[in-house]
Amino acid sequence: MDLELTADQELFRDTTRQFLTAQAPLTSVRAWADMPSGFDPSWWKRGADLGWTSLLVSEDHGGGSISGDGLSDLALVAEEMGGLVSPGPLGPVNVVAQTVSIDGSPEQVGSVLPGLLTGETVATWCATEPGQPVGADGVFLEARPDGDGFVLNGTKSPVDAGAQADWFLVTADGPLGLVQFLAPASTPGIEVTPLEGLDLVRRHAKVRFDHVHLPASAVVGTSGAGGAAFERQMRTMLVLQCAETVGATERVFDFTVEYAFDRYSFGRPLASYQALKHRFADMKLWLESAQAITVEATRAVQHDHDDAGEVARIAKAYVTERCPEIIQDCVQMHGGIGVTWDHDIHLYLRRAVLHRQTYGDPIEQRERVAILAGA
Amino acid sequence: MTESAIEDVDTLKRPKAHAKNPTAFRARARAWIVDNLEPLNGADPFMGHALDDADQVVRSKAIQRKLWDGGFAGICYPVKYGGQGLPPECQQIFNEESRGYELPMLFNTPTLTIITPTILDFGTEEQKQRYIPAVLRGDELWVQFLSEPTGGSDLAGALTRATRDGDVFVLNGSKIWSTYAWKSDYALCVCRTDWDVPKHRGLSVLIVKVHQPGIHIDQIKHVDGTDEFCQEFFDDVPIPADHVLGQVNDGWTVASKLMFHERTAMGGASPYEVGPRMAERRGGQGGSGSLSEVSSRKDDSRVRQLLGEVRVLTRVHKALAERIGTSIRTGRLPPPAGSIPRLSGGMLNVRLSVIGLELGGDRTVAWEKGDTAGDLGVSYLGRQGACLGGGSTEMARNIISERVLGMPRDRSPDLDLPFREVRTNSMPSRN
Repeated sequence: MDLELTADQELFRDTTRQFLTAQAPLTSVRAWADMPSGFDPSWWKRGADLGWTSLLVSEDHGGGSISGDGLSDLALVAEEMGGLVSPGPLGPVNVVAQTVSIDGSPEQVGSVLPGLLTGETVATWCATEPGQPVGADGVFLEARPDGDGFVLNGTKSPVDAGAQADWFLVTADGPLGLVQFLAPASTPGIEVTPLEGLDLVRRHAKVRFDHVHLPASAVVGTSGAGGAAFERQMRTMLVLQCAETVGATERVFDFTVEYAFDRYSFGRPLASYQALKHRFADMKLWLESAQAITVEATRAVQHDHDDAGEVARIAKAYVTERCPEIIQDCVQMHGGIGVTWDHDIHLYLRRAVLHRQTYGDPIEQRERVAILAGA
Repeated sequence: MTESAIEDVDTLKRPKAHAKNPTAFRARARAWIVDNLEPLNGADPFMGHALDDADQVVRSKAIQRKLWDGGFAGICYPVKYGGQGLPPECQQIFNEESRGYELPMLFNTPTLTIITPTILDFGTEEQKQRYIPAVLRGDELWVQFLSEPTGGSDLAGALTRATRDGDVFVLNGSKIWSTYAWKSDYALCVCRTDWDVPKHRGLSVLIVKVHQPGIHIDQIKHVDGTDEFCQEFFDDVPIPADHVLGQVNDGWTVASKLMFHERTAMGGASPYEVGPRMAERRGGQGGSGSLSEVSSRKDDSRVRQLLGEVRVLTRVHKALAERIGTSIRTGRLPPPAGSIPRLSGGMLNVRLSVIGLELGGDRTVAWEKGDTAGDLGVSYLGRQGACLGGGSTEMARNIISERVLGMPRDRSPDLDLPFREVRTNSMPSRN
């Protein structure tokens, strides 16, 4: 997708692709759909060995990027995972790992990061709340001071890999503003309810915090200064969603073009009908556009450009609205086989719609873009 | 700037020395631009200068002449034809440094990005010497005579005829949709020189002096009131026989190269384009700035969503144009991929025009004098122009599917027939 990869990045991407193709082909994805967790923990550990969870972590903490631009490297993994609708908590683990590395206390770094880096443990971000906008303005989970610590009350949903996570990064509304906590999933008062879901292997849960007592040492960074971290986490998540969605859509588009050449009707290949050719031209335009804005957003967030927050949301708004439509068009090109369980195209559609609907749908993102632009 | 940098500029005045020293070129360009070009002062950079009563062609020619005098005209054109003989990076540097300054934007399309590159490809030495320096000096502006009233997209089906008579071709017929033809000096004209062979094998491309007896030009008034587009009528116009570009009856080869250069330029990958790349221009007048001004209800969530959509679509279009430009330059995509941003621009304009109506409400159809909401209504009327001019979006979709995705061409019944036997529309005559 990115036209300017370094040689190391190309090698990293190819290694990731080979690993995914060998270790998590679509047949495995379909098989893992029946597992409660949606993925094989030993597989995730091998992915972590390839660097999937270390790219946003500083070298001092045992992490390190391929190119110096960790998010660009990570977007390559997300894109490849999209191409095979891979399982695994790529987004949430990396978002938490980055925040612990940047804002975490030495104790938090020591207790949380090693497990994430080896893939032995999973962490997730409790970000969005039911029925609330996806922004700092939508955080109502309350963190009330209580002695030396805090008491948390509220609900987060949907939470990525909520039932698989060992650690929760919780964004809460504290006495001084937004405040983030790191809490073990086993903390008393935390109630995790797995949700039914559209994606075959990515799981979500509702996480309820019922008078959860956390010590002051559970605060990540400074109480009241969680807004900047929240924004950074959101930008990272949006970029990864876009990269994965584009990777999925590119794969669908490619095999659909191939199908159009191979499939004959009325004695001609589908690819010879102008009515269909024009739809493929539109799809090509949308796909290239989605790739272009995803690369731009990745760079903007990576290098913290002034407009990074806006560009990340522009990408989310465009990519996650357009790409499911491209895939639906590809379903149409396939005819009846495209809406069967046996055909793989619905795996991709599920993933693309998942990203459309979570972390702010296109309508909400467009409105946020206007607000960021001062409208 | 440090003293040593100034010295550097002085020692590097000869263009050739810049070829391997982009930093020095940038310094020289910046210094010259600041000293010689007028700031745009908020004028549309794609217009190239403030919109005032001044004749746009006269303004553009004067600015082009400044570039010539300063040694910045035709940065990527060969020195022997008046250019600077520098690599594309230097044009890019000049474009970056000249942002916010007046530029001869009218010279880009079609003259510098389509016509003169094709003359470089096919012209005789004499033709190159005669025509290219005159363009770079700002003396002569060109226009393409391609579309005909009988068919806009089917270029190879041209009915305009050039009949050999001694030392001349006698030109008869009509061309249409040529921009600023009445202010242009020369044209490349695709016409039929042999009617007894299939359509692609009987064409020739003539170099035609625009202002001469026998050529009548009508300006066509558009729905928005502008009249840049023209129709030309040719009535026994004698064209000297040596004014053929390329070979007689091999005009399709030349025309194909014209279209190659056009698509490269449309894709934002032309090394000859001066100033902001046209491919990145958002469609129509409905920029987010003016749309934002028109809407008074910013506390309305629906209005904000529409304003956000404008920013989303314009930013994505720009990112797309850059991506395709890079892809063509690096060979990731073939030059016909220039039709991708072309299609995007058309579709963008369609959506922005509708958003203009949605934001402007009834003020787009009944407005107080001076209210810009009225512009949005007018702009909506001409909306499809952005999907038609420069090759329709349907042709763009053909090109993308056939030349980029490699899908089979539609069957054409006229490909192998002598053109005389092909069914065509009849050429209208001038009233």
